[in-house]
Amino acid sequence: MVKKIVVALAMGFGLAGGANAQETVKIGVIVPYSGPFADAGNQLDAGIELYIQQHGDEVAGKKIEIIRKDTGGPSPDVAKRLAQELVVRDGVDILAGFALTPEALGAADVATQAEKLMVVMNAATSVVTEMSPYIVRTSVTIPQVNYPFGKWAYESGVTQAYTLVADYGPGHDAEQSFARGFTEAGGEIIGADNTPVANPDFSAYVQRVRGADPEAVYIFIPGGAQPAAIGKALAERGLTPPDTKIFGQGELTHPEALESMGENALGIITTFHYTLERDDPLNNEFVEAYREANDGRSPDLFSIGGYDGMHLIYEALKETEGDTSGDALVEAAKGMSWDSPRGPMSIDPETRDVVQTVYIREVQEVDGVLQNVIIDEIPNVKDPLHGADE
Amino acid sequence: MVGNLVIVIFDGLAFGMLLFVLSVGLSVTLGLMNFVNLAHGAFAMLGGYLAIVAMRQLGLPFLAALPVAFLGAALISVLFERALFRRLYRADALNQVLFTIGLVFVAAASAAYLFGTGQQPIQLPGYLQGVVEIGGMRFGVYRMFLIVVALAITVLLVLGLDYTRFGAQVRASVDNQRAAQGLGLNVDTIFAVTFAVGSGLAGLGGALAIEMVGLDPSFGFHYLVYVLIVVSVGGLGSIAGSFVAAVVLGVCDVAGKYFVPEIGSFLIYLLLVGILFVRPQGLFGKR
Repeated sequence: MVKKIVVALAMGFGLAGGANAQETVKIGVIVPYSGPFADAGNQLDAGIELYIQQHGDEVAGKKIEIIRKDTGGPSPDVAKRLAQELVVRDGVDILAGFALTPEALGAADVATQAEKLMVVMNAATSVVTEMSPYIVRTSVTIPQVNYPFGKWAYESGVTQAYTLVADYGPGHDAEQSFARGFTEAGGEIIGADNTPVANPDFSAYVQRVRGADPEAVYIFIPGGAQPAAIGKALAERGLTPPDTKIFGQGELTHPEALESMGENALGIITTFHYTLERDDPLNNEFVEAYREANDGRSPDLFSIGGYDGMHLIYEALKETEGDTSGDALVEAAKGMSWDSPRGPMSIDPETRDVVQTVYIREVQEVDGVLQNVIIDEIPNVKDPLHGADE
Repeated sequence: MVGNLVIVIFDGLAFGMLLFVLSVGLSVTLGLMNFVNLAHGAFAMLGGYLAIVAMRQLGLPFLAALPVAFLGAALISVLFERALFRRLYRADALNQVLFTIGLVFVAAASAAYLFGTGQQPIQLPGYLQGVVEIGGMRFGVYRMFLIVVALAITVLLVLGLDYTRFGAQVRASVDNQRAAQGLGLNVDTIFAVTFAVGSGLAGLGGALAIEMVGLDPSFGFHYLVYVLIVVSVGGLGSIAGSFVAAVVLGVCDVAGKYFVPEIGSFLIYLLLVGILFVRPQGLFGKR
């Protein structure tokens, strides 16, 4: 008798499950699809798109539906408004995207109040994950890659360095964390300059660096046109490795910048969490599929952030068996670990922030093409700032 | 120290020359034709993309891509002038501004659609790369090239406007359109050609700028500010004014960033305010 009831119940559930197959999980993606950061938004979106294309649009019996919203630039207010609209009007279950820190900060309150999982797929300022208990990050933090890099720089034999960073939040973060790692290890910072965020011509700053004659110069500037411009300015002034070492975060030597800088880029050493050329089956497959889907364009940090962000969403949904409540999804995300095209990564159960390998790369010529060649790896790096103040 | 000063002035000069090529066309159309063309930067971007296409798809060398950028931007601008801008010559400034800034948005979206949102890298020929070392100072070859090109353009423009028949016609049409028309000048054509030359120069500037400052769909917005500063400081319609203004801005920008990096990037705005305070019509402006 009991058995019969169980069977009947199971059948009932089965039927209910069948009826629910039409249910959807709505994911609201908030990024700048237009404006000065359009490239970041579109690369991130291509990462999301590729993941869905490869893994299907059905998870835990539910259909994944993406609703895209364009912020049009660095505008926290718009991001907040869009997040509210997504939650209230479109009824999304998950908020995702967030290429820029101010926009992630703008939307954080909405995630908290609506109790929705918010997957930050890029915004790289340390503090982002502390703004809401529903935020999980799948990209990188600036201190995460630069603090160990500072240490590494000193251990590689450099004793004094000059820092040149763009005058905005991420630039200051990068400068401080590199300098902290470097000086804690025993190095000395002999000079520091800030450049305007949108700086067309670097000759004056590079000339100042040359005057100080450091062993190495550390650079942090936003991606886009500036890396090539600063690379050329450095080469024109004769500030080139191995005489003067050039350190920076990965944006400095992204593929377009390398193509434009040419052999001036040789020897530049950068720190990053994703290396396009890393020879690994998972990565090779990812890069090939990405290029095929995007007219030959290569994936970058935004693409991998979006791709892994979707992975996190899919796996969390599988674990909650389709339960989309923010609390259940965040619980499922905590401690999750997986092999990404970037390498092994996981979500710190305490901070909900990404833990991953930091790669130190040097620009070398491989088969006639300039590449970022990995010369060292630092595994399992956490953001050094989280918990530092506690 | 002297060496540093020389280098800073040289770099500033080269940057100024780039600004000059980008903005002189606007000075001409704004000053001579009283048309507020904020889409000027969009024509510069157009020239940049044309140069990219010429080099990548047609396999032209860099130096051959420059005339393509000039002619292409000039031709396409004439189409716009005949079809759209012409109707707004007599409109008030606000309508002109609204229309042309709208055009910049359209241009940015079109560029993003056609070429993607990323940076467009170019590879210069070897003889334009590298540095020349004189007395321990290193001068970038490309920067020298920029200075030479800009000087040549200045000479051609000044000679063309002051000493040729067409130049006289342009000046006549500007001074008194009705009288010029009455004397049998085809003012419409003269304006169209002037507009084309101005936009062509912007296109050339855009192509020359790729190597120094890069190219992406937001180019038209980014350089609008610099271009407007050059034009307003130099004075409307004055080629010499644009030249001096571009040099002053370029040198002050670089020197300011070198000597006082804390406020370096604001220096050109301070300069702008200062100069316009004393001479609201610009350095060489007549009105």
